[in-house]
Amino acid sequence: MTAEMTMTDIRFLAPETLDDAISAYAAAQGAARILAGGTDLLVQMRNGVARPGVIIDIKGIGELTDIAEGADGSFTLGAAVSGAVLGEHPRFGTVWPGVLEAINLIGSTQVQGRASAGGNLCNASPAGDSVPAMVAAGAVVTVQGPKGRRQLAVEAFPAGPGRTNLAPGEIVVSFTLPPRPPGSGDAYLRMIPRTEMDIAVVGVGVNLTLADGVVTAARVGLGAVAPTVLLVADAGRALVGSRLEDAAVDAAAAACRAACNPIDDKRGTIAYRVRAAGVLLRRSVAIAAERAGRN
Amino acid sequence: MSKLHVTTTINGEEVEFLCTPAQTVLDVLRNTLGLTGSKEGCGTGDCGACSITLDGRLVCSCLVLAPEIRGRKVGTIEGMAQGDRLHPLQQKFLEMAALQCGICTPGFLIAARSLLEQNPDPSETEVRYWLAGNLCRCTGYDKIVRAVLETAADMRGAA
Repeated sequence: MTAEMTMTDIRFLAPETLDDAISAYAAAQGAARILAGGTDLLVQMRNGVARPGVIIDIKGIGELTDIAEGADGSFTLGAAVSGAVLGEHPRFGTVWPGVLEAINLIGSTQVQGRASAGGNLCNASPAGDSVPAMVAAGAVVTVQGPKGRRQLAVEAFPAGPGRTNLAPGEIVVSFTLPPRPPGSGDAYLRMIPRTEMDIAVVGVGVNLTLADGVVTAARVGLGAVAPTVLLVADAGRALVGSRLEDAAVDAAAAACRAACNPIDDKRGTIAYRVRAAGVLLRRSVAIAAERAGRN
Repeated sequence: MSKLHVTTTINGEEVEFLCTPAQTVLDVLRNTLGLTGSKEGCGTGDCGACSITLDGRLVCSCLVLAPEIRGRKVGTIEGMAQGDRLHPLQQKFLEMAALQCGICTPGFLIAARSLLEQNPDPSETEVRYWLAGNLCRCTGYDKIVRAVLETAADMRGAA
C-alpha cells in the first residue's frame, strides 16, 4: 500500500467537547491519534511511523486550550495551548518564567505557533524541553479516558522513549502548576551543540523557594540523560535547608550526575552529558535563586 | 474514500476546496488552489519555506492539516503585495539582493512580516532568532537579516 492510499483512508474529527473526543478516541480502539499542534504527529505520518485511521483534533475543546489562574495562584494550562499563545499570557511568564522558557525552546517560531506542552509530554522524548521544567515546577497532569479522570505527577507520565503511562483511551487534558509561595523562582537551561533549532544534550529545570535566604523547597528535573525525564529528588534535598552555599550546590550537582544514565550519540558522549548535567544544575540554580529574590 | 469540503479565507478572499483528511495545507495551496508561492523544502517543519499565517500566527503549512483551516484566516505570500505595490520587505529584498535561488524567499518574507508586526524595532539577534526556523540553502543569511533590519528602520521612519 502506498502512503498516498493510506492517507486517504483516514477520518478527521474535530469534536467540541472532551466527552465527544474521548468517545471517538475509545471507539477507534487504538487506531486514532490525537492532534494538538501536529508538529510531531504530521512528521510521523509523513515518514510512515504513524498511520492513524482517525485523527482527532482537540483544539476546539475549551478545557484543552484555556489558560486559567486560580484564586489560590495555581495555574491550569490546557494540554493543547501553543507555546506562542502561552508566551502572550500576561501573567504566566511572570509566575513561571522557567517553565515558559522551556516550552518556548521547542522548535522554531513557526513550530511555537502550534506546538504544545501536552504534545511535548505525549511525544515522550527523553529530550523534550518542557518536561524537566514541568517536573521541577511540581506540575500535575490531568488525564481523562473512558473510565474517568485522574491526575498524575508529570515525572510519572513518561514510561520510556516514545512511551507513556496513559491507559488505553486516555487523553491529556491539562497541567496544573501549584500556587507560588513568596520567594519562589524557576529556571530551565539546556545544552545544545548549536545556537538554535536542536535537541537537548542535557536539560535541567530548577524550582526554588527561599525564605530569609534559606531554601525551603527545591525540585530538580533532568532531561535527555536517561530513558525518561527524571525528578532528581536527591538534588532537591541537597539544596533544602541551605543558603545555596558551594557545598550544597556541589552536592546537588553531584546528585544530578549520579542520576544520569545517558546514551552516546552524535550530540554528546556519555561523559560529556554527565558532566554537563552538573554544570547546568549550577547555572539553573543561580538563575532560579536570582528570580526567587525578586518575588 | 470521502473528501472533505472546507471553506476558509485565504488572503482576504473566501475559498472553498475539497481535500482528503490527511492532506496538508501546503499540498492544498500548491496542488489544489494553484498558490505555488509557498514552497515545500523539507515537509517536516524544519525549513520554513512553506511559512504562512493562520489567524495571523506564523506556522509551517506543511504541519497543518487542510481540514484544520475551516473557518480560519490564512495569509500566504500571494497576498503580501497590494496589486503591483510590493510590501516594503519585498522591495527591500530586491534592492539588497537578499535572495539567491529564491526558494526560501517566500517563507522568509512571511516570517519577517510576522516579526515586524510584533516587534517594529528588533535587534539583529532578535531577527536571527525569529528567523531561525527559515533555512536558506544558498546560505545567504546575512543579506536577509540586513534587509529585514533596514525595512524595519524604513517602516518606523514612515510611521
